[in-house]
Amino acid sequence: MLDNLTQRLAGVIKNLRGQARLTENNIQDALREVRLALLEADVALPVVKEFTAQVKRAALGQEVIGNLNPGQALIGVVHRELTRLMGATSAGINLATVPPAVILMAGLQGAGKTTTSGKLAKLLREQLKKKVLLVSCDVYRPAAIEQLRTLAQQLEIDFFPSDAGQNPRDIALAAHDYAKKHHHDVLIVDTAGRLAIDAAMMEEIRQLHAALGPIETLFVVDAMTGQDAVNTAKAFGDALPLTGVILTKLDGDARGGAALSVRHITGKPIKFVGVSEKLTGLEAFHPERMASRILGMGDVLSLIEEAHREVDQAEAEKLARKVKSGKGFDLDDFKMQIVQMRKMGGVSAMMDKLPAQLSQAAAGSKVDDKAISRIEGIINSMTPQERSQPELIKASRKRRIAAGAGVQVMHVNQLLNQFEQTQKMMKMFSKGGMAKMMRSMKGMLPGMR
Amino acid sequence: MFGFLKKSAPDQPAPEKTSWLGRLKSGLARTGSQLADLFGRGGRIDDDLYEELETILITADVGMDATRFLLAELRHQVKLQHLTEAGQLKEALAHSLLKLLAPLARPLETAAHQPFVIMLAGVNGAGKTTSIGKLARYFQGQGKTVLLAAGDTFRAAAREQLMEWGARNNVTVISQQGGDPAAVIYDAVQAAVARKIDVVLADTAGRLTTQAHLMEEIKKVKRVIAKALPATPTSPAAPHEVLLVLDANTGQNALSQVKAFGDALGVTGLILTKLDGTAKGGVIAAIAKAHPIPVRFIGVGEGLDDLRPFVAEDFVGALLGSDE
Repeated sequence: MLDNLTQRLAGVIKNLRGQARLTENNIQDALREVRLALLEADVALPVVKEFTAQVKRAALGQEVIGNLNPGQALIGVVHRELTRLMGATSAGINLATVPPAVILMAGLQGAGKTTTSGKLAKLLREQLKKKVLLVSCDVYRPAAIEQLRTLAQQLEIDFFPSDAGQNPRDIALAAHDYAKKHHHDVLIVDTAGRLAIDAAMMEEIRQLHAALGPIETLFVVDAMTGQDAVNTAKAFGDALPLTGVILTKLDGDARGGAALSVRHITGKPIKFVGVSEKLTGLEAFHPERMASRILGMGDVLSLIEEAHREVDQAEAEKLARKVKSGKGFDLDDFKMQIVQMRKMGGVSAMMDKLPAQLSQAAAGSKVDDKAISRIEGIINSMTPQERSQPELIKASRKRRIAAGAGVQVMHVNQLLNQFEQTQKMMKMFSKGGMAKMMRSMKGMLPGMR
Repeated sequence: MFGFLKKSAPDQPAPEKTSWLGRLKSGLARTGSQLADLFGRGGRIDDDLYEELETILITADVGMDATRFLLAELRHQVKLQHLTEAGQLKEALAHSLLKLLAPLARPLETAAHQPFVIMLAGVNGAGKTTSIGKLARYFQGQGKTVLLAAGDTFRAAAREQLMEWGARNNVTVISQQGGDPAAVIYDAVQAAVARKIDVVLADTAGRLTTQAHLMEEIKKVKRVIAKALPATPTSPAAPHEVLLVLDANTGQNALSQVKAFGDALGVTGLILTKLDGTAKGGVIAAIAKAHPIPVRFIGVGEGLDDLRPFVAEDFVGALLGSDE
């Protein structure tokens, strides 16, 4: 996500590592790199200037204590300042009002308001057990209402129908009435995308806001936004009393500097981030983790959270029992592991969350999503008997499997080797426990494919 | 109605052109006024002036590389022409910008093949479907017959959105409920051949360049289009044009989009949308520097006629706030 910033800063810090102490001079070099890195990451210039000034102030006053070297001390400062700039603690959504709690979505065209409205509805229902009603006030973009209706249907969330001939304010008020009568906890109001300079449209959303009195007014912004993020955020912030920000499309390779800019300009917390095309792809924003990630410390925490949510608990427990017994781990289980991995967005999504050095090592090891689907294909081409007794698979079966999966026999051999190694590891795990396994894994990692 | 359509032809009457230019100008006004202020202030050319200029270019999303390049060009010109006054720098900057952008201004010629198949690609929310609606209108204005292919089978109601555009322009839309994108576009191209249509506009679902499986999918779409209309001795296989749609609000990520879609599809042209906001569109300069791909169209408004061919002189003029 913020890879380049990560790498860039990693380079700076490396340069600093050789230094005995921080001087006015060498911190200047480091700060210039930080400034460039942030600009290339699309952090808006005024924000960059302020940020580097803060870091400098904090760093120069900083005493290098204990075992820390100056480089580590500076990382500490940058990390603290980054975290502080993005909001010190993660802010949840506020629904503490007389129901229905109204959430108003606002933003530019194409920021992702409609998709995010759907994702947010799902999140509120699943994590907070709320009864949610969705309504679209976008009477301008063709089929925008239809889009939200389809999403609501997919998610099995209540949807208040509207049509393009109606007035947005009337739609919103009718939906509010309906939500009240039908005891919905939350009403999410999707709006048309609008330019901050379009006075008539900004007036329209001001009126929507006045009519609805939403407890949350969320500014939806594309993580790929450039320098203009500052102006847009400022204009929306001036027109509407925003309560928070949602950053979308963070699963792309944009460096996400908009996160810093928007947070800085609006002064409002980033409440959620959109991290996948899938309707589960909305996560709470954690400034601390984001800062860690910027600095190349990886986002292992949210990886764990995701694993927890996506992995089928029952299947996982079944697997755990098998692993514990040390036998019976067969190719079907192997495939299931792979499927679970896919559910978490595939290898690339997972690698994205690993610390920079680890993910670079992993990238070198040729584990990619394509290889994984190939493995799945090969296993699918095996008979159930072959899957439970892989030792049956000899030359002629290998040829048949390879033909069935559309791969070379070599690939079948590779898979069987890989499976054998995993099986060995499982046995070791049941006998010698974790420590032994880690030791053997260390030896295996460079050659892993 | 036809008189109205004609207005969108390239040789539009003068008053229409000014209003459109005016909108382009007001879109880029912030940068323009900053620069006008900088150059109009007078005084000598010194390091402070260069630094301020650097700041303005960076905040216009020009990016570090292209900014450095432009500044080096400027310094070179200043030396060569012995410029001393800040005011003289404006023309020099216009010159450098034009030199950078002019190669991108190559309008799209669709007459060479029939049907001329155009495939659109881009990240989510860049404005692909809306651009198709406007392009349909543009080509109709040139007296061409148009067919739309609803290749975005992923996003909810993308098909309906395109059908609405089709209905507004009175254009046939080929679509399938929940079909495979490649199959839908394949059908559309075949239908266009049968009906002797001039231009096919194929929509695709938005995708982020990091989603490897979706990038594979769109490569497949392109391969399948080539099967629907293979190369002949006189013309290459379809698609004849692959347009990447970029949101002008996008920062430096636009470069990685151009590169990734370029690697995957061999992008032959760009559309820059949403220039009517406060975005500066300086990212065009960054693209011109790193991946010079022709900018076929720019969009400066919500209206059907607000997507127009890119003219480097107009763009630079609007960016620098020059007079007509």
